Amino acid sequence: MDITLKVNGTPHAVDVDPRMSLLDLLRERLGLIGAKKGCDHGQCGACTVLIDGRRANACLALAVAVDGSEVTTVEGLAKGDDLHPLQAAFIEHDAFQCGYCTPGQLCSAVAMLGEPGPSAVTDDLALDPELTPEEIRERMSGNLCRCGAYVNIVKAIAEAAP
Amino acid sequence: MNRVEGRVKVTGLATYAAEYPVEAVAYAYPVQSLVAKGRIVRVHDAEAREMPGVLAVLSCEDPPRLAEDADAELALFQSRDVAYRGQIVAAVVAGTYENARAAAAAVRVEYDPDDHDVALRSDHPGFYRPDVVNPDYPSDTVKGDVEAGLAGAAASVDVTYSTPVLHNNPMEPHAAVAVWDPEGRLLVYDSTQGASPDRDTIAQTFGLPREDVRVVSRHVGGGFGAKGSTRPHAVLAALAARAAGRPVKIALTRQQMFDVTGYRTPTIQRLRLGADAGGRLTAVEHVAYEQSSTLVEFAEQTATPARVMYATPALRTAHRLVRLDVATPSWMRAPGECPGMYALESAMDELACALGMDPVELRVVNDADAEPEGGLPFSSRNLVMCLREGARRFGWRHRDPEPGVRREGEWLVGTGVAASTYPARRRPARAFAFVRDGDYVVQVAAADIGTGARTALVRIAADALGVPPDQVHVELGDSDLPEAPVAGGSMGTASWGSAVVRACEELKRGDGKEGRADTTDEVGNDARLARHAFGAQFAEVRVSSVTGEVRVPRLLGVFAAGRIVDPQLARSQFIGGMTMGLGMALMEETLTDEEFGGFLRRDLAQYHVPACADVPHVEAVWLDEQDGELNPMGSKGIGEIGIVGTAAAIGNAVHHATGHRVRDLPLTPVKILSRF
Amino acid sequence: MKRFEYARAGSPSDAVRRFRPGTMYLGGGTNLVDLMRLGVAEPDLLVDVSRLPLDVIEPVGDRLRVGAAVRNTDLAADPLVRTRYAMLARAVLDGASGQVRNMATVAGNLLQRTRCAYFQDVSRPCNKRRPGSGCPAIEGDHGNLAVLGASDACVATHPSDMAVALAALDAEVHVTGPGGDRIIPMPGLHRLPGDEPERDTVLEPGDLITAVELPAPPPGASTYRKVRERASFAFALVSIAASLDVGSDGVVSGCRIALGSVAHVPWRAERAERLLIGGPATGAAFLEAAEAELDQARPLPRNAYKLPLARNLIVATLEELAP
Repeated sequence: MDITLKVNGTPHAVDVDPRMSLLDLLRERLGLIGAKKGCDHGQCGACTVLIDGRRANACLALAVAVDGSEVTTVEGLAKGDDLHPLQAAFIEHDAFQCGYCTPGQLCSAVAMLGEPGPSAVTDDLALDPELTPEEIRERMSGNLCRCGAYVNIVKAIAEAAP
Repeated sequence: MNRVEGRVKVTGLATYAAEYPVEAVAYAYPVQSLVAKGRIVRVHDAEAREMPGVLAVLSCEDPPRLAEDADAELALFQSRDVAYRGQIVAAVVAGTYENARAAAAAVRVEYDPDDHDVALRSDHPGFYRPDVVNPDYPSDTVKGDVEAGLAGAAASVDVTYSTPVLHNNPMEPHAAVAVWDPEGRLLVYDSTQGASPDRDTIAQTFGLPREDVRVVSRHVGGGFGAKGSTRPHAVLAALAARAAGRPVKIALTRQQMFDVTGYRTPTIQRLRLGADAGGRLTAVEHVAYEQSSTLVEFAEQTATPARVMYATPALRTAHRLVRLDVATPSWMRAPGECPGMYALESAMDELACALGMDPVELRVVNDADAEPEGGLPFSSRNLVMCLREGARRFGWRHRDPEPGVRREGEWLVGTGVAASTYPARRRPARAFAFVRDGDYVVQVAAADIGTGARTALVRIAADALGVPPDQVHVELGDSDLPEAPVAGGSMGTASWGSAVVRACEELKRGDGKEGRADTTDEVGNDARLARHAFGAQFAEVRVSSVTGEVRVPRLLGVFAAGRIVDPQLARSQFIGGMTMGLGMALMEETLTDEEFGGFLRRDLAQYHVPACADVPHVEAVWLDEQDGELNPMGSKGIGEIGIVGTAAAIGNAVHHATGHRVRDLPLTPVKILSRF
Repeated sequence: MKRFEYARAGSPSDAVRRFRPGTMYLGGGTNLVDLMRLGVAEPDLLVDVSRLPLDVIEPVGDRLRVGAAVRNTDLAADPLVRTRYAMLARAVLDGASGQVRNMATVAGNLLQRTRCAYFQDVSRPCNKRRPGSGCPAIEGDHGNLAVLGASDACVATHPSDMAVALAALDAEVHVTGPGGDRIIPMPGLHRLPGDEPERDTVLEPGDLITAVELPAPPPGASTYRKVRERASFAFALVSIAASLDVGSDGVVSGCRIALGSVAHVPWRAERAERLLIGGPATGAAFLEAAEAELDQARPLPRNAYKLPLARNLIVATLEELAP
């Protein structure tokens, strides 16, 4: 099927197998290897990208179903040579080891900082909570890191948060 | 100094095994056995061969050529016998991943099944004593009279602990891209912890000279042992590429990883400890019961830490193995020490309770000045200082030893301690240092699986050369580079670093242009000493009296691991190990399917590894330990010791919180709740 | 994954019109794509309903109408849901991850399928997936499966958190289908397995959920609590949605209790509710009601822990809600 989508600002028109996920489209057809395949079932977050500005598991999105969308991957976070503040903070705080979950962590964090509303650890649902370390941990729990860099990831996000 | 590859990792440009651009690549997808034991009668692949895009089907019906001495887990399609459920019995190659996977689902394999036996149980009649345990330790040791020591003890414990099947689950699934050139040489981009040994194994499996095989693995998305030896996906990629006549990529699914990339054996461990009234041990006995497959003997060295940890006049350690219709277990972060110290350090806590003694003090009074088994002197041993420093930082002296008495609402609060240990070894390696465009380039076929090897070796080379780190470039992850051992056994930095230092020294000593090193002789001449890192871990837990949920608000590790090469990397390694230890303590468990064989819960929604919310506060610090008997850097390995002891510290804290001792990992609400 | 055709529906009626045997509706895909990749779901035709204009949350009198395609994130972030239906907001926020909640729709969440390990593995038998093939969970891994309302054919649990809150809220599920429009009151959408475990719900082929309507929230305090071994991003061992209204005389005037991960359906604890209403709001009464509810349970060896867990959870939650 023919679809068009914009990835990191670049338009693409591609003919895809309806079975192909957005993740496989990015990795196997468009040469964008930043989004990672860790589980292919939405259980690890390594494939996290932004679809129309919202973080999503690219492995669970069929490419045909995101026809017309704007997708941002980790490759699209930096402005030229200038790293996104979160990317710089991840390096500074050693917020990764093997680096395989990192693109997903970064895309997730970028979107998370713009997500309104409470989380599962918010006491008063009526108020938009402060982004405490506890809130960051809960909101970032969809991105597994087997190297165990969580404490550094939380520090990096807390520092880079506006 | 931050990780030298940090920028490519945060921008998504770092290439992992499946991500190298290769022209005209095809995709392979494996077909796995549906029986745990039996014979393949027939592989029905006619339908699959007719499906769109299919290039080849591989199976035992037309066995591809492999060397006769290939490892049994790697000898794909060479036999009709099935050794475990999930074993790779066929594969489909197609032009796209979607087509390969769909066609693989259409391959039907007809079996003549046998009754299978997949459950490890303490009364299994098949237990035997393996000749050695991993990697080459004696299976059993005896010193003194354990029965007499126990009989004369003022207090003793006789307890059995069990740990489940655990899976390494690195975030990057095992993947490979295989490319044959017209001359019959093979290039494999592989997710491996060691390009040199992986190259050797692949060459051996295909009966090729080593020179004709090259393995490239510049970035590896974690391994924790699961990528420490060649896995069948790499062999399958090369077989498939040969059959299809074009490059082939394979990336295992998370579910397949559970089946064919190794796991930590389940263990049943009996500990008998006796002590006099002052807490001095009179006897230690540690017997471990474990499993391996019918294909390959892998005997985890679970009881070996007792040979190192505590002074005792009587010490017996033993391993018993049973061969089941299961996949072959393998290395997972700190094989031996990790499950063994869980049991030993939990039993020490029970002994402290039996004696009415502080568990830190019990460990202090039993500190050893020579290796308890064998009597070798330690090159350095600072366990006591770790315990003291940890106790100070953790606020241990305020601790009320009484279990089950601290309550905040529904939450019971407790603290626990356990010791850590891991051997400090090194292996021969080669390195080449040379000048390029005014900078220094250091080449070694090391692997950076997230440990920060690139960065650590830059530091080491810069120190040896006496130049700033930004003038040094390390090239690794390629078997065409100077030969190096695996990133495993916490030996990577020590082994590669030794060769790098010697190569840099050679460069400086010579013409200043290049230097080569091979540390085979140097390592062979290392003095006979007991070389181990030590540590102490402290945990605070909260246990819900309503739900049995356990949360760990605080973990502290204090380590004595020689000179720390890079503080930032070291801290990340320690806390990473401790975080994995938290998972082992609270949630990680793979179930064995007794009815059908194989494993259940083979994904990350069912096999829980810790999430960010589980890990509020993990802190690691270290002592400044000088040890001139290790290697030119004075360093001990740090990749594994972080996981050693964590589960025991948490389990001991759960006992302190609740008054109940759960001796079966993980400490899930199910088990906690049954005690209330 | 089996080959299939893909079509995007232009309207709910267009979606229903396109339906033929072998068709499945695609919402956020977080469960369906997952099941298709496992080979558990093998549609011939996917009709994408995720972009239908069913993504609005709007008050209707003192009720709240939630479109079927509203994403879980937006449901939990909605000001009215957060303030008036805290139990629902909490349940949604306790489910899955930020990413999954961004994708998952209200209707898709309701129609999630069980996470039973055998159901998800096409190489093993499962009566729900392949009727008549057997239920190995009963002798095997049923540690997180049903203790209430299960049958000899199936002990699966419904995995949703959101559905538990909706069951407690007496939500109504609006459906359109080949047979016209209808309204299904929760918890009646889901059905017990009986001898037809392949049917999760009372929906007929071609039925499409268009909205969920929430009646005015029950008076009193309410909450949702989920028990899990991992602190986040894990399915419940047991969960509870509860509300409690106690008069100034200390007598319970209203009570709703629904339990998650104990049955093939979000389990409305009607027995306990009946016992509590009109009685005292005391720990002893809560315990008695919990035990009466759980008397109907038929636990298996490895999930019997859910009984003390559910009992403790009911008692602790009601005590927390009591004034």
